Amino acid sequence: MAILPITYLSSSTKVMSSWRTSKPVIDYSKCTRCAICWKFCPDVAIDLVVDPNLNAPSERFRVLEAPSIDYDHCKGCGICGTECPFGAIEMVREEI
Amino acid sequence: MESIQSSRRIMTGNEAVATGVKLSNVKVISAYPITPQTTIVEKLAEMVANGELDAKYIEVESEHSAMASVTASEITGVRSYTASSSHGILYMHENLHWASGMRVPIVMSVVNRAIGPPWSIWGEQTETFNQRDTGWLQIYCESNQEAMDSIILGYKIAENKKVLLPVMNMLDAFTLSHTSEPVDVRNLKTSYDYLGDLDLDFKLDFKNPAGYGSLVAPDGPFMEMRKDMRDSMYNASGLIKSEISNFNEVFDAELPGLTENFMMEDADYALITAGAISSTAKYTVRKLRERGQKVGLIRLYFYRPFPGEEILKAVRGLKGLGVVERNVSYGQRGPTFEDVVSALYRRADVPIRNYVVGLGGRDIRVKDYEKMFENLIEGDNDMEWINVAVR
Repeated sequence: MAILPITYLSSSTKVMSSWRTSKPVIDYSKCTRCAICWKFCPDVAIDLVVDPNLNAPSERFRVLEAPSIDYDHCKGCGICGTECPFGAIEMVREEI
Repeated sequence: MESIQSSRRIMTGNEAVATGVKLSNVKVISAYPITPQTTIVEKLAEMVANGELDAKYIEVESEHSAMASVTASEITGVRSYTASSSHGILYMHENLHWASGMRVPIVMSVVNRAIGPPWSIWGEQTETFNQRDTGWLQIYCESNQEAMDSIILGYKIAENKKVLLPVMNMLDAFTLSHTSEPVDVRNLKTSYDYLGDLDLDFKLDFKNPAGYGSLVAPDGPFMEMRKDMRDSMYNASGLIKSEISNFNEVFDAELPGLTENFMMEDADYALITAGAISSTAKYTVRKLRERGQKVGLIRLYFYRPFPGEEILKAVRGLKGLGVVERNVSYGQRGPTFEDVVSALYRRADVPIRNYVVGLGGRDIRVKDYEKMFENLIEGDNDMEWINVAVR
């Protein structure tokens, strides 16, 4: 049977990690959960999650929704790192 | 087997094609008129208007849209048809790739006409030889009978799940398209039963949405799809041959195989042709045979998939083979010449020469074929332009 070009899933579920040359890494000890990175991400590659185990500037931030980068979908544009007012996102070069 | 009723009628090639479309139970027709294809779609529009053919006729603003329309209708599971010529085919080129890549088994007729400039409406096959790498099967017809039968056969082969690629059916401008010949019109019920309903494994369905042909990453199944298309076409020869035998039995028809060998049994010299110009070549072969010259003809019925094995079998023992092209390629020899050489490479020791004929509708006469055979026998390695006023 012929291989047909059918796609049932949207592209957001596909793995795009090979498109990156560098990836954003969040330093949660500086992250105030302001969600500016989440708003600016042009590819909806940042989720907001509540995880009390994540580091935080102080205890009161731990209960808030924190950004979590979907590395399967992030293409490494670096906009989140540029926009973060607290310098909490560093772009780290990808190794092949 | 039950008696097969065909009714013999006098009709032009274009009328034969339109009748073939009707016999194939086509449900959607979309086309843009262009000389010399116009009377095909005119006839079909008339059939739809008077209720003779229960189909939807979509008028479009261009050939590009015509191909887009039939690709879309076919992928919803409805048998679809279009036709064009010359510049219309060139304008369609992008969507020809879409149709084959989407694996939609459309049949399209092409009335072969020259490409401008200078402007010309007459016969030449360059526009479809230009489309040989688009993933479409290609059939070149010699008669109006073949033009009708190849539509029905075309759908049968295209819709075979081992092929699932579109089929391009060629007939020569005016020589076939506007010339009347006796044609056996196949029985409608026999034809409907032979083709059955279009059965696609995947159809676009509003209730079950899916993307079709959308973006894949380099590690997605892109190369795999291309390989599958190539294999499906390349390995289709056996399947096509048995389908032609089946067709001939069902309809009491006389379609050739992938190629037709004419007086090739003991031939020393032979030509290869495609399309209506083959009839004049056959007449010449018969005439030269009467004079005692051992000559023959191989006619390409299918050009894609290329019948390399058939040609190899037919040319063994030949002292010379001439490939006649009614098309032109500027930076190399002709495309058929290249294909033949590639098929015979290291497998048959036959000198091969290339003849360019009949561009822009120029006549190809018996004396031209005689000249080609003469050249073949005397031996001269140059590509020869036949019946041309410049050296």
